[in-house]
Formats: sequence, structure tokens, C-alpha cells
Amino acid sequence: MHMADALISPVVGGVMWAATAGVAAYSIKKIQNDLDEKKIPLMGVMGAFIFATQMINFSIPGTGSSGHLGGGLILSALLGPYEGFLTMASILTIQALFFADGGLLALGCNVFNLGFFSCFIAYPLIYKRIIQKGYSTQRIFGAAMLAAIIGLQLGAFGVVLETLFSGKTELPFGPFVALMQPIHLAIGVVEGLVTSAIVAFVWKARPEIIEKASFGVAIGNISIKKVVTGLAIIAIITGGVFSWFASVNSDGLEWSMFKTAGIEELEAPDGIHQTMSAIQSETAFLPDYGFKAPENEQEQGAVEREESWPAVSAGTSVAGLVGGAMTLAMAALAGMIIRLVKRRKKRLAA
Amino acid sequence: MSNIINSLYNIRLLDDLARKETAIHKIHPLMKLLTTVVYLTVVVSFGKYEIGSLLPLFFYPVMVFALAELPVKPILLRVLFVAPLIIGIGILNPLFDHQVFYLGGITISRGWVAFFSIFIKCGLTVTAAMLLIATTGMDGLAAALRMLKIPRLFVLQLLLTYRYISVLMEEVARILRAYSLRAPEQKGVHRNAWGSLAGQLILRTFDRAQRVYEAMCLRGFTGEYNTGGYERIRVWDLAYLAGWVSFFAITKIYNIPMFIGSLLTGVVK
Repeated sequence: MHMADALISPVVGGVMWAATAGVAAYSIKKIQNDLDEKKIPLMGVMGAFIFATQMINFSIPGTGSSGHLGGGLILSALLGPYEGFLTMASILTIQALFFADGGLLALGCNVFNLGFFSCFIAYPLIYKRIIQKGYSTQRIFGAAMLAAIIGLQLGAFGVVLETLFSGKTELPFGPFVALMQPIHLAIGVVEGLVTSAIVAFVWKARPEIIEKASFGVAIGNISIKKVVTGLAIIAIITGGVFSWFASVNSDGLEWSMFKTAGIEELEAPDGIHQTMSAIQSETAFLPDYGFKAPENEQEQGAVEREESWPAVSAGTSVAGLVGGAMTLAMAALAGMIIRLVKRRKKRLAA
Repeated sequence: MSNIINSLYNIRLLDDLARKETAIHKIHPLMKLLTTVVYLTVVVSFGKYEIGSLLPLFFYPVMVFALAELPVKPILLRVLFVAPLIIGIGILNPLFDHQVFYLGGITISRGWVAFFSIFIKCGLTVTAAMLLIATTGMDGLAAALRMLKIPRLFVLQLLLTYRYISVLMEEVARILRAYSLRAPEQKGVHRNAWGSLAGQLILRTFDRAQRVYEAMCLRGFTGEYNTGGYERIRVWDLAYLAGWVSFFAITKIYNIPMFIGSLLTGVVK
């Protein structure tokens, strides 16, 4: 369920980063008030535990396939929601850096989808409510199951919304939702089963760990209202700022660059212009692909109305292809030259 | 099993690479982090049908690979490992976007252009993140995060998680080996053992955390994490950041391949 950098736009990435940073700051403040420094190594080691446990294949009876542990819910159940959220954040950071799961820009999205919904919605509103009546195997099962399913459904819906707002894919809302939600229902059921099995085991073996987590001071009362209001404010402000930036930097700037470039071209003295076109005709090794400029401009004008779809006239396309190939070749050549020089230096030194 | 061994190998490989001492490795971690963030933002800021103007951005990974003397194959293999997911989502583009255009007599669908654009972006962003860690290392990155005023608690927790991943992975590998020896010809862990298998590990993890905490206390841990001073930012580090950022800005503003192509084909008179 990890979002990838390639699928999000800078605006969506930025907004989700801000939201995640807000929740993380709130969590850190809550933990620091708690002043339980013992929890820091516990969070670290538990993060590593989730990381390692994700490698275990839990075979699903009767299907022949297997599921994995997500982590957000079990971390909340064992450590508390704030600690769970921060631990999820560090797990996802390491996954993004070392395993290319998700990405750095999409990290905000991923922490939110996988951490926020399970730690701050599913855990306090569902899991804790059911468990409050007292622990029993059945209650642990029901609570973990329901909380895992709802947490994952919300997370999957988050993925859908983030992808749609980013506009990098052509996926229509309906089919995408119809694809994502049922898949994550199945994943949620497995997550619920695994979580309840583990929590029930730990509760039987060492009840104090579980009970301390859910009734201890650390959990306190999460003011969901406060968190959500804060998030909404952050989202609106950053959304506004980022989209303003985006519009200034991409379209606006490009447009003005185009304009200035156009004016400069018109005012260019004949001398420079002639020299340039002389160079151009000498460097042009594909003269057959030279297309008349007016034709291009007309087509370009027609196409440019459609945002983000670059000019598709034959002339510019061929120029683009040739230029693209040249750019890549230059990049590769530069890399190879550096390698060769370095190797030679080493040989000389040796 | 092979999954765990691969992951362990991957972490150690990146750890080892980060210990090299090339020009890129010596650049201040914060500058490398900022360069990466700007790079990623520029890469994803291109529209879904843009491929040409993305290409100059290949220069950045190529340069870092070459200057930092990193092995290309293992890192690109990781990138390919992620590709199926991106292909899975990206492949839906050609299904939903049927509009076509003609290029030198060949019909190309817009959906495929969008797909390739996503594919290239995926390759570039994933590579950039891995290059950051392969040239900076986790400790360097943590120092950079602290300089950005990320709370100490989070950075400390991130470092601890990272430090214990290999320990716990080895433990999980041992548990799974023991399990598979007692449950031959079985795919995955049976339902009856879900709770006890992972639960035992949790209990041991809690005990381990207690030992870690005690060991930290014996070494003077009082809730603060003392990192010592930070590396100083030199002029060269700033120049590195400024150089790349201006290059990214130029590629964002001007379509460089189009410019080169026009020069070569003589399209623009």
C-alpha cells in the first residue's frame, strides 16, 4: 500500500508531509510530557521487531496464499498510539531509504495512510472502546479485527484520494476505489487475525505489558477533535501555499519565460540571429526533419491550450526525440569519462 | 527466508557503501539531503505527459554514481525490484487513456506516454533516495535531521530502530529456520502458531529493550542523546547544493533536449 514518489505531485506530497509532521510533533509533545525515557529504546527495538516480522509469511488457511503484518495497530496496542505513530514513521523512513518502498516525497502520505489511521482513528475509536470492558480472547479478537479492517480501509482510501489529487495517472475514481477497497479488506482481515493472535498470546504470557499499554498514563486521552482540527488547518494553509508556489513556479514562470524569450527573439539583431542559424544549419545532421516554423507555431498554439500535454507537432517531436537521445547519451558519456579518469588516477597512484 | 537474507544484505551493502571516502561522500550530509529533496520535487513536478524535459535529470544520478564510485548494478536491481508495483498502477494509463497522436508515421497512445513518464520518474526518484543513503549513511542523515531541528526523540528512535533491524532480522531468520525444520513442506507459518511464534519474539524484544535501556543508563543516558558537534558546512558544500539546484531549475524552466534537438535538426529557424 506504499505510495511511490512517481505517483504524487509536489502539492499533495507537501500537504501530506505537513500533516504528518503536525501529528508527529503532537505525538512527541505528548510523549515528552510523559517523561518515560524507558520507552525510547522500547520504541526503537519494537520498530525493528515490526520490520523483521513483516518478513514472516503467515499462511492463510484454505487459500494457499499468505499475509503479512502491517504494524500500526499492534504498535498502538503494545506501546500506545503516540509511540506507535512515531515508530511507524521511523519504520517507513527506513523502508523508503533502504528498500525503496515508497519514497521520500511520498513519506508523508505513507506515514499518514499507514500510521495515522490505525494509531489515531482505528485504535482509540474502535480497539480501545471494545477492550475497555476488560480483556478476553474474544474481545481482543473482535477489537483487533474491526480496528485492522477499518484502519486499512481508511488507509486505502487515502491512497486513492492522494493518487487522484496528484493527477499523475488516468485512473478514474470509481474503478480505482473498486479495486483498492476489496483488496485491502482481505489484507485487513489477515492483519486483524495476526494482530489478535499476537496480542492474545502476549496478554496470556505477560498481561502487564498489554494492560500497562492500554490503561497507563501514556495513552491518556487523545483529543481527536484537537488533532483533526489542527490537521485541517495545516492542510488548508500548506495546500494554499504549495499550490500558489506551484502555479508561480511552473505555469506562471514558464509562461513569462516564454514571453520574454519570444520578445528577445524578435528584438535580436540580425547579426547574432544569422550567426546562430548558420551554426544551426551546420550542426543539423538531420536536415530532412526541418519543419517550417509557422506550421509548428499554429499547431503548438492549438495544443498548448490543453495543460501539461506538450507540443506534439511532428517537427518538435522529432527534435524532442533527437534531443532526448542526445541528452541521455551525454549523461552516460559524462559518467563513463569520470569513471575512466578515476580508474586511471587509481592506477597511476598504485 | 531468502527475503530476510536479501534485506540484510541490502542494508549491509548500503552501510558499506556509505563508508567510502569520495568527493561526494565528503560533502556535508545536510547539503546532500537538501539536494535530494529539491531533485525529487523537480522530478515529480513534471506533468504526466512530459518525458523529454525529464531526461536532463538523468545527469544527477549518473554524476553521483560516477563521482561516488558506487556499483551501478546492485542499486539498479533494487530499483527494478520496485518496478512491478509502479508498472501495476501505471499500466492502467494506456487502458484508460486511448487518445493517440502521430510521430513520424507511428501512432502512439497518450496513455503509453504517461506510463513511460511514470516509469522514468519512479526510476529517478527511487535511485535518488538510495544514492542519498549510499553516500551519507544513517548517522550522517541523523545529524542532518538534527540540524533541521527534527526533535531529538524521533531521531534517536530512528537510529535505534535502524541499529536493531539487523539484530531482529537475524533472530526472525533463526526462528523461521527452526520452524521450517519442524514443519517441513509447509508454505508460511500455520495459523495455530501465529500468536506464539511472533508473540515469543515480542516478549524477547521487550526484554531486549529493557537490557538496551539499562546499558544506555550505565553509559550515562538521561533521556538526552549526545551527538557531539556537527560537521561544519564548508563553502564547497554550499557550492554543491547551489550548483545542483540551479541545474534542476534550468531543466525545469527550459526544455533542454528540445533545444539540443532543434539545434541539430534545424527545426526552429
